[in-house]
Amino acid sequence: MSVTLDIRLKRANKVYHEGEVVAGVILLVCKEALQHHGISLNMEGLVNLQLSSKSVGVFEAFYNSVKPIQLISSNVEVAKAGKVPAGKTEIPFEFPLNTKGNKVLYETYHGVFVNIQYTLRCDMKRSLLAKDLSRNCEFIVHCQPQKAKVVPTPVNFTITPDTLQNTRERTSLPKFLIRGHLDATNCVISQPLTGEVVVENSDVPIKSIELQLVRVETCGCAEGYARDATEIQNIQIAEGDVCHSLSIPIYMVFPRLFTCPTLETTNFKVEFEVNIVIVLHDDHLITENFPLKLCRV
Amino acid sequence: MVNVRVRTYPGLQQVLISFSHKHIMSLLLIHSPDGESNSASLHKCLCLLFFRVILRSRGRNYDTELQRCRPEAAPVEFGDYHPLKPIMVTDTKTRRGARKGSTSSSSSSSSSAPADPLSSMLDGTDPLSMFASEAPTISHSDLGRKRREKEEEAVGQDFEPWSSKRGEILARFTTTEKLSINLFMGSDKGKAPSPGSAVSEKVRTRLEELDDLEEGSQRELLNLSQQDYANRIEELNQSLKEAWASDQKVKALKIVIQCSKLLSDTSVIQFYPSKFVLITDILDTFGRLVYDRIWTMCSDPRPLPESFTVDDVNDTAKETCLNWFFKIASIRELLPRLYVEAAILKCNRFLNKSGIQETLPRLTAMIRGIGDPLVAAYTRAYLCRVGMEVAPQLKDSLNRNFFDLLGTFRQISGESVQNQLVQQRVEVPEYLTLYSPAINWILQCIAYRAPEPLLTEMMERCKKLGNNALLLNSVMRAFRPEFVAARATDFIGMIKDCDEAGFPKHLLFGSLGRSLACADPPESERLTILNEAWKVVTKVRSPQDYINCAEIWMEFTCRHFTKREVNTILADIIKHMTPDRAFEDAYPQLQSVIRKILTYLHDFSVLFAMERFLPFLDMFQKDSVRVEVCRSIMEVFIKHQVEHTRDPVILNAMLHICKTMHDSVNALTLEDEKRSLALLIIGFIRMVSFGRDFEQQLSFCVEARATFCNLEPVLVQVSQPHPFITIPSLSSIFSRLSLYLLSGQVALANQCLSQADAFLKAAVSILPEVPRSISVEGKLRSSESFLLDFINNFLATLLVVPDHPEHGVLYLVRGLLNMVQDYTWEDNSDAKVRVYVSALPLLAAMSQETYLYSIPKVDSNETLYGGDPKFLSEINKLSETLIGQILDHLKTLGRDESTRRQGALAFSLFGVLLAHGDLRNNKLSQLAINLWNLSHKHGYCETRVSVRTLEYIKHQALQPDMSHLTDTVQRLALQSRT
Repeated sequence: MSVTLDIRLKRANKVYHEGEVVAGVILLVCKEALQHHGISLNMEGLVNLQLSSKSVGVFEAFYNSVKPIQLISSNVEVAKAGKVPAGKTEIPFEFPLNTKGNKVLYETYHGVFVNIQYTLRCDMKRSLLAKDLSRNCEFIVHCQPQKAKVVPTPVNFTITPDTLQNTRERTSLPKFLIRGHLDATNCVISQPLTGEVVVENSDVPIKSIELQLVRVETCGCAEGYARDATEIQNIQIAEGDVCHSLSIPIYMVFPRLFTCPTLETTNFKVEFEVNIVIVLHDDHLITENFPLKLCRV
Repeated sequence: MVNVRVRTYPGLQQVLISFSHKHIMSLLLIHSPDGESNSASLHKCLCLLFFRVILRSRGRNYDTELQRCRPEAAPVEFGDYHPLKPIMVTDTKTRRGARKGSTSSSSSSSSSAPADPLSSMLDGTDPLSMFASEAPTISHSDLGRKRREKEEEAVGQDFEPWSSKRGEILARFTTTEKLSINLFMGSDKGKAPSPGSAVSEKVRTRLEELDDLEEGSQRELLNLSQQDYANRIEELNQSLKEAWASDQKVKALKIVIQCSKLLSDTSVIQFYPSKFVLITDILDTFGRLVYDRIWTMCSDPRPLPESFTVDDVNDTAKETCLNWFFKIASIRELLPRLYVEAAILKCNRFLNKSGIQETLPRLTAMIRGIGDPLVAAYTRAYLCRVGMEVAPQLKDSLNRNFFDLLGTFRQISGESVQNQLVQQRVEVPEYLTLYSPAINWILQCIAYRAPEPLLTEMMERCKKLGNNALLLNSVMRAFRPEFVAARATDFIGMIKDCDEAGFPKHLLFGSLGRSLACADPPESERLTILNEAWKVVTKVRSPQDYINCAEIWMEFTCRHFTKREVNTILADIIKHMTPDRAFEDAYPQLQSVIRKILTYLHDFSVLFAMERFLPFLDMFQKDSVRVEVCRSIMEVFIKHQVEHTRDPVILNAMLHICKTMHDSVNALTLEDEKRSLALLIIGFIRMVSFGRDFEQQLSFCVEARATFCNLEPVLVQVSQPHPFITIPSLSSIFSRLSLYLLSGQVALANQCLSQADAFLKAAVSILPEVPRSISVEGKLRSSESFLLDFINNFLATLLVVPDHPEHGVLYLVRGLLNMVQDYTWEDNSDAKVRVYVSALPLLAAMSQETYLYSIPKVDSNETLYGGDPKFLSEINKLSETLIGQILDHLKTLGRDESTRRQGALAFSLFGVLLAHGDLRNNKLSQLAINLWNLSHKHGYCETRVSVRTLEYIKHQALQPDMSHLTDTVQRLALQSRT
């Protein structure tokens, strides 16, 4: 006997804000009437922290700090033990998205060491012989728009062999002059990162220019912390020996789920950076780093 | 019961009296009122004729009968009855139109009916197209296609669509070098978050799906020939569709990304434009699939209107659409990201109003990041292509693309490009031509309905770049021909200023010539232009390049100059193409030269007087091409030669051409091919006339007969002067019969009585040879109906054939009837008796004082015998015999229980008696009544027909001299249906 259990949210994009109501239906489809021992629905918001392998060991002492942080949780009984009639049954539900106390609902974020996730979970208890049914459904929380106005402040940059740090043999570097600007480093998350880059001249042909979006996640507490930077995505904006002194647009859409407004709490931090990476034909790699501050308006 | 219908034919009044009965229909033809008779109209009317009578035929006054019939006929529309009417009418009209040389008169005649039953079939009522139009929701891709067509219309018919460029590019940019495809389905690994993290299960699986689908399926296909390459790409196109159909959207996206990645590979650069064509096909497919899918998501409950707005789109569809854009925005590499986003540009319509408007400039700017100028140029071309399709009103991005292109032009001479060319051993001129399709397309988009000042500005910008030949070429190709033509002299100057080493000049002149072929430069400049252009063209060394260019300029020359200049150019072409038999590789171009000449030169005496024309034809040495060329010349000749000709130059040349076509016929030639060749040759022969100079005409026909012995239809044409010799050589018995009949009629019309006799006699004598069944369109069918038709036709002719003084009275009629008697008819057939019934009207007509029709200057029997009683009694005797035979047969039928046939036959005889017999005669009247009763005896008569017959008789009885019918009609009882 086949039964399907599903959770359907009213909003197609599944995006909710604090104070709103998460509404939807539990959908049950079965061929014949179905006996059950109760259906319950559970909503939970969790922050999962994980220590990178290189940090484990050093920080084992404060493992406490890495236990999941619960942001929101509530549970309702949808149906008491009984029967579900054959066919399609829809049970509507609503959850107000309110926190208890002074807790804040952080924005949904899927990272490597930090994960902020909100789920609905529907459980159907059944008799001993039949397996219990369960269904998960993630919904997305966007934090409240920031009140303060974001004033974009353009950031200019010039890259020459002389501006570089961390070079091994400065002398062997070919000559180049690359200029450009980012329209802003305090970015609105729903709008792309924009700017321009101009290769004024370069002795060695350019192979590629890329934008590398990096997340910097910090877990820890007063006793110590682990800070790790990992790449989210790498977007190529120029390929090959581009025309000199012609401005090339910088344009990158912030990926959903993998980015969130820059977040700083007592237990963890999520920050973002962008690297402008210039690869020369002789495989020299030139990187210019810009910390970003993401926000939602 | 008689239905009288009048129909006016040009030059011929035809009254049709039809006894509507299943088996008999007698038709009465009356000559044109002006009394004029010519053989042509005679032929036409003869074939419809049946006659009637017997013991005593009633006296007829055909004129008054005609007058009487006319007014009654008026209210009855012939057209709504006769099924063949539309065809017959317009056929005559169109044929006339064609003869007069009006080229496009096909269906413009005043008739409301379609010109030809075939085209009327296609007029939307074709079952296939009906099916297609009735099924609006067959599949979504179909819907998409339809929508696309509609939108292309938004651009307008005058915009040459990409689809028409495709083939040209694929044919032009080819390579013999080996190609490779490197598909790397498991790429972009670094993008995924490192495993083992706390990424939710679902997200992880999705990411894995993204990466692991055909994981490690890096496929590098090496050593592909061009055809292999195209096939592989087509395979990818198929697998894209399959993946989509099986809901593997991610896989579909991957295929598209990998394909667009191939466009950044410029190895085997000569092939790049073709590669672009192949791969953008896939992108177009993808764009359509995505658009259609989202479109269908919104079509519940009813389809989205064509002019939908964002508000009509539901949230799910929007979310799906947004997902696509996010997914594409995260494509790592620049080129695939650009191409794929461009491919689904149209989907912006689902998200917001200004999406397309904002995206186009952004993508345009992003193309600047592409380092390789060729790759960038083609990316721009694709963006313009999508832009024109989706939002043709957004001109700014088009211009922006072009200016950016100009801005990056210096890269072509840069080190990277030059190194690449050295590496691939490609010359600069060849490299430059690779840009043409892309730049042409961009300029075409810009120039489309653009104001003059914009074009001038573009031209100035090109000039500033030092008359860059590549750009100049594209400007000439893409801008309105009128624009180019008006400045032709300027352009020639600019072409001259161009760098010799760069873009090939003959291509520049080719492009100029192409514009001038469509639009006229100022009259005063034309000769200078031709001279200047030809100076360069004639210097082109490679025969292939030369002929490509010369072919283009031929149009301009033919349009504006006389045969002298055309002749000069032909001479030049011959000079260039003859060495090393270069013409062998240039047949298509040479054919096009001929086509262009034929488009403008219709005077064949001028054409063939051109010294170099026939030598030019001699260059077509491959048989198939040669025949094709001859055929095209013949077609033009038939279409445009209005007057008959006897010009020896034309005749000689045309005979030569026809002979070439004729000689191509061999045992393997298809029937259709033979037929069309024969038609063409016949067309020519028909146009030959030596007027009254019969000797000449005869000798021409003799020559033609000798030349065209392989094509029977042609023989028929040329056989007219000596049918005795040619007709027996024909294989089709019915061709022979009708030719004999026609020849006899022609002979009569020309007062050649003895010949007429001989022809008709010959026809009678071969009647027994007619087989019982013949093959019609490949199927074996009974010949009976054909034979009956022929005999009726023949009988109708016999009315006017005077008796031969040395033979007996009605010699031919008797002869024919004897043959009919002896012929082995099919078993159980009434055909023989039906011939007898048909012969009765003839006999009746023959006994009149004045015949229904006659041939001028030929005395028919009416005059010869002058109503001699002996002659009349001969007729009566004959009628009696016939009626006797018919009655005998009727009896037989009664015995055989074939009562239905008996009834029908009796009724037809009744009809004949009624129409032609003198029913004042008691015996005859009694016979008629008996026949009526017989025909009704077994109840097979249609009551409707009977009622109408009675009505007709009553009506007739009202006429003077016909009152006796009143008695008769009273004795005709309707069968009671008890």
